[in-house]
Amino acid sequence: MSERSERTDQRGVSGPSPLWEVFVRARRGLSHTHVGSLHAPDAELALRNARDLYTRRQEGVSIWVVPAAAITASSPDEKDAFFDPAADKVYRHPTFYDVPEGVAHL
Amino acid sequence: MLGQVEAAEEALRRAAERGRPDGPAPGDDLQAYFDEVIAADQKIEPRDWMPEAYRKTLIRQIAQHAHSEIIGMQPEGNWISRAPSLKRKAILLAKVQDEAGHGLYLYAAAETLGITRDELVELLLAGRQKYSSIFNYPTLSWADVGAIGWLVDGAAIVNQVPLCRCSYGPYARAMIRVCKEESFHQRQGYEILHTLSHGTPAQKAMAQDAIDRWWYPSLAMFGPPDGDSTHSAQSMAWKIKRFSNDELRQRFVDMCVQQAEILGLTLPDPDLRWNEDRQAYDYTQPDYDELMRVIKGDGPCNRERMTHRRRAHADGAWVREAAAAYAAKRAAERERVAA
Repeated sequence: MSERSERTDQRGVSGPSPLWEVFVRARRGLSHTHVGSLHAPDAELALRNARDLYTRRQEGVSIWVVPAAAITASSPDEKDAFFDPAADKVYRHPTFYDVPEGVAHL
Repeated sequence: MLGQVEAAEEALRRAAERGRPDGPAPGDDLQAYFDEVIAADQKIEPRDWMPEAYRKTLIRQIAQHAHSEIIGMQPEGNWISRAPSLKRKAILLAKVQDEAGHGLYLYAAAETLGITRDELVELLLAGRQKYSSIFNYPTLSWADVGAIGWLVDGAAIVNQVPLCRCSYGPYARAMIRVCKEESFHQRQGYEILHTLSHGTPAQKAMAQDAIDRWWYPSLAMFGPPDGDSTHSAQSMAWKIKRFSNDELRQRFVDMCVQQAEILGLTLPDPDLRWNEDRQAYDYTQPDYDELMRVIKGDGPCNRERMTHRRRAHADGAWVREAAAAYAAKRAAERERVAA
């Protein structure tokens, strides 16, 4: 997911100014999208700085800030093992099923 | 230019959809997989294996880029309180705010390579990392703010647009954001010069004087000529850089000639002329000895810029400590309430 959270195992909240991941929902956006990260001493300042840094040009109407240390990410090393089951369960897709000739609205 | 940025963004999205070559199987050669990803024009991401020298050169380049944005606030900040109208002042404030933002995006990109922003700031303050040579020149008149926007930010864009296709994902994504905002800077600078050159004779003379002083330092921003550039060959092989210093410098000159004509101002180079064979302008090279002197710390404002940056850092220490202490107190209170 986030480029930063992928390495939170290496760097947690340390020093005087922890790292925060920023997610913004665009004005007509359906979901919050990761837009970047920033350093701030606490959540309130992280939110204010995110407002100034990532929404100067009406990029969004809702901001989430999350301490980077609170995010756990999947590892690229275990990518295949981790995501493979999706490939061998083709029956999860509607296109797997044959629809008899002439059936409507299915 | 904006079109190229959007094309790069689109390419980034398509590359992501295409997916990458399958990851290295256990025991595979990591270098071979890295080379394969680069060859396929895919992005290297923070947790991918990468050659140590690739990581080092990226840290060096991105950090220098970030430092430049932060130090670059000083020459323009010099004119905030003296901007000639409220509109110009508001625009300049917004621009300097953008520079701070660009610095933060870039520090964040550098941090994905396994270094902290605090460490980078320390390296800058200790003089062990550099920033762009251009910010060691003084802003002597209001027109300099225009010249910085048009020429300095213009040169930066020519340099940065190809970086939107850089092989390192976080850097490429940061550059897409930066370039979009940088276009605003370049256009506002151009507008300042255009207004001045169509104003009174004194205003026009001020605009011309600014261009005369900023032209060669801007050309020098592209770095030493290809023959003397130490990092270029490797950076191009790794697809960090896409074009050589001289190619980009030429592109910039060709662009500026036409834009200067519309301004009704001249570029201070008597040997600037169209070369039909090369389909490009011949021009006088900047003084690379001067460039080396400035990079080594002996330009007109190097000491002033670093002194100012060090002072701001030292004077701000108690504020950072107060913010950390307050955050710790609040966190402790929340824990007590929750318990």
